[in-house]
Amino acid sequence: MSEHIVPKSTYYTIFVLLLVLTYTTVQVAYFDLGPFNVVAALGIAFLKASLVVLFFMHAKWAPKLQKLIMAGALFWLAIMFSFTMMDYLTRFLDVAR
Amino acid sequence: MTTAVLPREDYLNTDYSLRSWLLTTDHKRICILYLVTITLFFAIGGAFAAMIRLSLATPTGSLVSDETYNKLFTMHGIIMVFFFLVPSIPATLGNFFIPIMIGAKDVAFPKLNLASWYIFTIGGCFTLWALITGGVDTGWTFYTPFSTLSSNTNVSLAALGIFIAGFASILTGLNFMVTIHRMRAPGMTWFRMPLFLWSMYATSLIMVLGTPVLAITLLLVAAERLLHLGIFDPARGGDPVLFQHLFWFYSHPAVYIMIVPSMGVVSEIIAAFSRKRVFGYEFVAFSSLAIAVFGFLVWGHHLFVAGLSVYSAMVFSLLSYVVAIPSAVKVFNWTATLYKGSISFATPMLYAFGFIWMFTIGGLTGLFLASLGLDIHLTDTYFVVAHFHYIMVGGAIMGYMGGLHYWWPKMTGRMYPEGWAKIGALTIFLGFNLTFFPQFILGYMGMPRRYHVYPPEFQTLNVLSSAGASILGIGYLIPLVYLLWSLKYGPIAGDNPWNAKGLEWQTTSPPPKHNFEETPVVTEEAYNYGGLEESHVG
Repeated sequence: MSEHIVPKSTYYTIFVLLLVLTYTTVQVAYFDLGPFNVVAALGIAFLKASLVVLFFMHAKWAPKLQKLIMAGALFWLAIMFSFTMMDYLTRFLDVAR
Repeated sequence: MTTAVLPREDYLNTDYSLRSWLLTTDHKRICILYLVTITLFFAIGGAFAAMIRLSLATPTGSLVSDETYNKLFTMHGIIMVFFFLVPSIPATLGNFFIPIMIGAKDVAFPKLNLASWYIFTIGGCFTLWALITGGVDTGWTFYTPFSTLSSNTNVSLAALGIFIAGFASILTGLNFMVTIHRMRAPGMTWFRMPLFLWSMYATSLIMVLGTPVLAITLLLVAAERLLHLGIFDPARGGDPVLFQHLFWFYSHPAVYIMIVPSMGVVSEIIAAFSRKRVFGYEFVAFSSLAIAVFGFLVWGHHLFVAGLSVYSAMVFSLLSYVVAIPSAVKVFNWTATLYKGSISFATPMLYAFGFIWMFTIGGLTGLFLASLGLDIHLTDTYFVVAHFHYIMVGGAIMGYMGGLHYWWPKMTGRMYPEGWAKIGALTIFLGFNLTFFPQFILGYMGMPRRYHVYPPEFQTLNVLSSAGASILGIGYLIPLVYLLWSLKYGPIAGDNPWNAKGLEWQTTSPPPKHNFEETPVVTEEAYNYGGLEESHVG
């Protein structure tokens, strides 16, 4: 398996981007967005995690099987979240009606 | 068989030094390391079980204090689940036979394999330390808020041991998946693989995808206990039911980590001792993967009375029924394999029959518990205890014992005494059923689990159960004695004592260090007992 050589400049760019996004997280926390507080925080976190996985972990240049495995892991995480939320969001649902 | 001789050089006699064992990267030697370790854990867990059954022989709970009884069943569960059942078949038989059955010299990452054993052992030491220095009383499930707020036992230390051992499980699963993907011999296509490999692949999938969730869950328990973070404590904005969601997201699939490898072993044994290809090979192969995937969608059935929403309880109940389909595919296909087979009742086959019998009872009673109405009556009763022991002991351990007997001649080069082995298998079967069948009735009558004081009218059934446990204990001692005996005095087995198909039977017994003199080339499908030309299409 050939290793993809990534120029150092890419890593520095991603690092700066991560810092900017961290700063954004802090700044956003000063505004009350109501129900979107969590959405904004998680959205930025997801963006940051994606950058780390894609560039620092070389997922962008990984073979298809590895990409499939990563997607599988994400899918399993989605199962955990969605099925747990299925409980929390329907606690007060009257199914008998 | 009498003319057979041991090979001049094999993996056991290349080097006898302690160093050669502790620093080995040979998957076969790592299997032996695991075998010794988990047998020790099984003995410890069994000793706790013996004390539980002894205490339950009388209704007054006078043998041990309430606190001690809580610790006994907790430590029995923790040791048996995390330090025996989860690693049992994968780390021993899987480790030994996955590379040989695909025609490889070793697993993909031999050093990682050894590291897994060390990680497992270190984790085990932490948990044992927790047990020796006072024990844990939360039940093996560590339910909050008791585990985080009330229990003043060694919860964090025991959880740390399980946390560490979990990484051994993840790394073993990863190792096996890569090995099966990348190391297959020429001609060993996916659909020529023995079904044991399919089941090990499915198991590895669960290990890799599920175990991290257990790790983070236990870490959160420790964080709440030690740092007082509000995660599961409602007073601090947490939710105790969240713990149950996270815990069972791993721990329900973990049941399939225990049972799916046994199913693979049973497929091998049924084929070898019926002299037939497993009926519906592809269906049995894919049913392993289906169980692995569906297993992740059913955890909510442990939460039916915990405050789970009615809507989501209905979904989880339905999905739990769905798991019965791939399980039934296996049972029916094994039975169909027997049809018109040339059946012999050698010891491994007795264990396989025992497996089918007890897995069927365990599986069907699982459907009782998956139905919403009945589960309210049966939750936290001995019915549940009986059900999961039928799966985990009657199923998983029967498969493990069957596999151990089936492959023992290959692993050691020597045969065990067949007569004693049959007596052992029958003793285990009888002892097991006498121990756990009365518990179905007790549970149905309303005896709760985890109590050692019970109404006097339950005593007869409890005495029956305790009597069965003593028979079961003797049943496990018999193989321990004759298997150890056979290491020195057993007749030389020869390369293929069962006249079975599969690459593992084509090399010497015990195999050489690198398994094969030359890389084998596979030209036929698995279980080609008819000696037929390739009949598989596609």
